[in-house]
Amino acid sequence: MSASPDSAHDADSLDARQRRLAAVRPRLLAFARLQLRDASEADDVVQEALITAVEKDAHFAGKSGYETWVFGILKNKILDALRAQKRRGKWQSWEDDGVEAAVENQFQATGRWQDMARPRSWGDPESTLASERFWQVFDSCMIALPENIARIFTMRELMGLSTRQICEEAGIKENNCWVILHRGRLLLRACLEKGWLTEADS
Amino acid sequence: MKMLMCREATRLMSKRLDVSLGIQEKMALKFHLAMCGACKQCNKQFQLLHDAGRVLEHQTTAMPFDVGGDSR
Repeated sequence: MSASPDSAHDADSLDARQRRLAAVRPRLLAFARLQLRDASEADDVVQEALITAVEKDAHFAGKSGYETWVFGILKNKILDALRAQKRRGKWQSWEDDGVEAAVENQFQATGRWQDMARPRSWGDPESTLASERFWQVFDSCMIALPENIARIFTMRELMGLSTRQICEEAGIKENNCWVILHRGRLLLRACLEKGWLTEADS
Repeated sequence: MKMLMCREATRLMSKRLDVSLGIQEKMALKFHLAMCGACKQCNKQFQLLHDAGRVLEHQTTAMPFDVGGDSR
């Protein structure tokens, strides 16, 4: 639902805003978990974001929606956490760990699709994205994605960073970034198709 | 113009979501998609994955239904 004209009133008082923080918290947590792949780190980051939102309450200009403003704070906190992960050496090397084989398995030696892997229709995109089941499969496919690939994919597709920004954060070449995103998308689409269509067909 | 195979076509479908393609790349991809039903589906799926991020952000920041009614 889009925000009604009343929502501006709802954001008027600090008290109302704090209630809205409590309401949005589970969704922020789900987002942070998807991005950081570590439940306790996600907890910390969301906690920090909520504290910052309360502390900087006077900075909320009301230009964007309140939740959107808080979400922006969370994104910055996630980026800080990712940088800290990298400094701690938590980002493994970019070496291949059977990922290339998993991607290549979708194609024949000629470069055509394997019959088994040929992409099929997922139906109407809007109803797909509106389906709860789709998001469940999406979540489990994200978790199944190798960590290095998931990190780059989520920075691009969830955080909305450009590949240039991602290169800077990850310390890789832009070309490498495109290769990783290509693999990630192929792996995700295969996983989603398996989980999503088998459910829809049955 | 070199004929694209599916593997290479998926590389361009992916790259197109991150940066704008050169004219040669665009033409080659368009041509391949016109003939290849499987790649057409793949292209839709990549686009959907790309849109999913935006939808997720929207879902995350959407006004909850159950708060705010009594603040006026």
